[in-house]
Amino acid sequence: MRSALARFWDHDLAYSFRRSPVTVAAAVMTLLCVAAAVLAPWLAPSNPFDAAALSLDSAFLPPAWTAEGRAAHLLGTDDQGRDVLSTIMYGARISLAVGLAAVVFAMALGVVLGLAAGYFGGSLDALIMRVADVQLSFPAILIALLINGVARVALPQQMHDAMVLYVMVIAIGLSKWVDFARTVRGSTLVEKNKEYVQAARVIGRHPFAIMLRHVLPNAMGPVLVIATINIGIAIITEATLSFLGVGVPPTKPSLGTLIRVGNDFLFSGEWWITVFPGIALVVLVLSVNLLGDWLRDALNPKLR
Amino acid sequence: MLAFILRRLGQAVLVMLAVGLIAFSLFRFVGDPVVFMLGQDATPEARAEITQQLGLDQPFYLQYARFVARAVQGDFGLSLRQVQPVSELLMDRLPATLELSICAALMALVAGIVMGVYTALHRDSWLSQVMLAGSLVGVSLPTFLIGILLILVFAVVLGWLPSFGRGDTVALGFWSTGLLTASGLKALILPSITLGLFQMTLIQRLVRSEMLEVLRTDYIKFARARGLTDRAVHFGHALKNTLVPVITITGLQLGAIIAFAIITETVFQWPGMGLLFIQAVTFADVPVMAAYLCLIALFFVVINLVVDLLYYAVDPRLRIDRGAAAH
Repeated sequence: MRSALARFWDHDLAYSFRRSPVTVAAAVMTLLCVAAAVLAPWLAPSNPFDAAALSLDSAFLPPAWTAEGRAAHLLGTDDQGRDVLSTIMYGARISLAVGLAAVVFAMALGVVLGLAAGYFGGSLDALIMRVADVQLSFPAILIALLINGVARVALPQQMHDAMVLYVMVIAIGLSKWVDFARTVRGSTLVEKNKEYVQAARVIGRHPFAIMLRHVLPNAMGPVLVIATINIGIAIITEATLSFLGVGVPPTKPSLGTLIRVGNDFLFSGEWWITVFPGIALVVLVLSVNLLGDWLRDALNPKLR
Repeated sequence: MLAFILRRLGQAVLVMLAVGLIAFSLFRFVGDPVVFMLGQDATPEARAEITQQLGLDQPFYLQYARFVARAVQGDFGLSLRQVQPVSELLMDRLPATLELSICAALMALVAGIVMGVYTALHRDSWLSQVMLAGSLVGVSLPTFLIGILLILVFAVVLGWLPSFGRGDTVALGFWSTGLLTASGLKALILPSITLGLFQMTLIQRLVRSEMLEVLRTDYIKFARARGLTDRAVHFGHALKNTLVPVITITGLQLGAIIAFAIITETVFQWPGMGLLFIQAVTFADVPVMAAYLCLIALFFVVINLVVDLLYYAVDPRLRIDRGAAAH
């Protein structure tokens, strides 16, 4: 009996992974970004949110390799004396968490609605797909902005501040569910007429059990690909909303908030406050996107 | 024909009504307007009178109908932050956004077609490779980062172009234009590039793939066999046949450009509708949010409707399919 690892190494997917150096590099970069984000409390040079450790003396320090830089602050410090490298690592935590949670939420919602629309058909199908059509004719960022705006109006200020991360997840998730719902509905329409589903119906299984245990496993492949591709989009959407000032507040900044805050100092010459978070965002999104593209091609039988 | 147009119009009106319902329900979240107008300690009689005057004692659907009737006439009430009619605020800002969006679309169209044709005709040249790689990077970069990068290079380091505002504007009736002054034109360059870059890469890839497809067809071979010059074949025959989908896509993307102007306007502090909307979201200024929402939805619905009807007029197959399906 060979180990599971060895079997995975010989699998088609692992083979096509090893054959593509760009994908390996993207995977390494993604892992590095995720590790830096997750392990930020232990790896980061300082805790940027520990107010006691901050001093305005060390504000606006340029990166360590310039003349006035200090070795302790590799990428310099921002207007409040926070270490830029540390704020990036903590910011990436929030960016990644919101991006991943939003995709999971969109996936769950899209899968449930797509399954229901495809399996039950009729007026439920018509209703869900009409809403999807209308939503699809507007850009996702506009939908996310709108939902965010509604939450801002509907919730009292303090409650909104406390729940801002959840609001972001819901706003981005609701703007992306259509892709998932359409795909799942398509596969469900194909699967539900196959014999194994009819057999399950004949032996009297509950419709929900048929949908979850029989139809869903056969519709999940493309869903996972869409999810991977959407992670990059979700992270960019979060960063954009935060940059516009309607996302995560500066007290607990994501990468987008950091870029927004740093943007104010671009003209006075303190470019590093905004450029380094920007580079971090691009590297993160580019690596995740390259991984998603590879997965899409590797799972597409036509391209094998 | 008539039935198709009517059904399509009906769908458009339904979408607008649905968006209007969302906009209308926004108003329900912002506290009690009676308390807002009279303060906490008003007498019950005064409250009842105001409630009746505002029509708040009427059933939901009547209030909604009144909202729609006023919205159709462009009346969305007063902005909560700047006490001024919302329609005036939006009309002030509309020229800035439209000039920026149309400049960006034109730039994307021209540059996209030129680059698309070049990359299709010279597939293996290094310049084509650079253009294709550049478009890949352009798609992965978030719009606001592109804007910041352009500001950093062209405004901060080189100091060639302004980084915010519209420059000097000239009023032509109600329309304030920045196209007639040197500073207005200079101010337009960076925001237009930022806003149009994504659509430019889209058009570039579309033109490239369409050109490659068309260049393989028989009538191009015939044209070459007839001894026409490369120039006549490439531009007279090949490019012309790629332009229909390109113009359609550009038309459909115009709505997206106007919506994405929100981001560009924030980066460049461009005094357009998008900036107004973002400020309205930050300050929970509901009337402005509702009006902007309806206006953007109207842009999208009208653009989609026009494109659909044009397709119907241009492509006779659609008519036959509809007819066959009906029988």
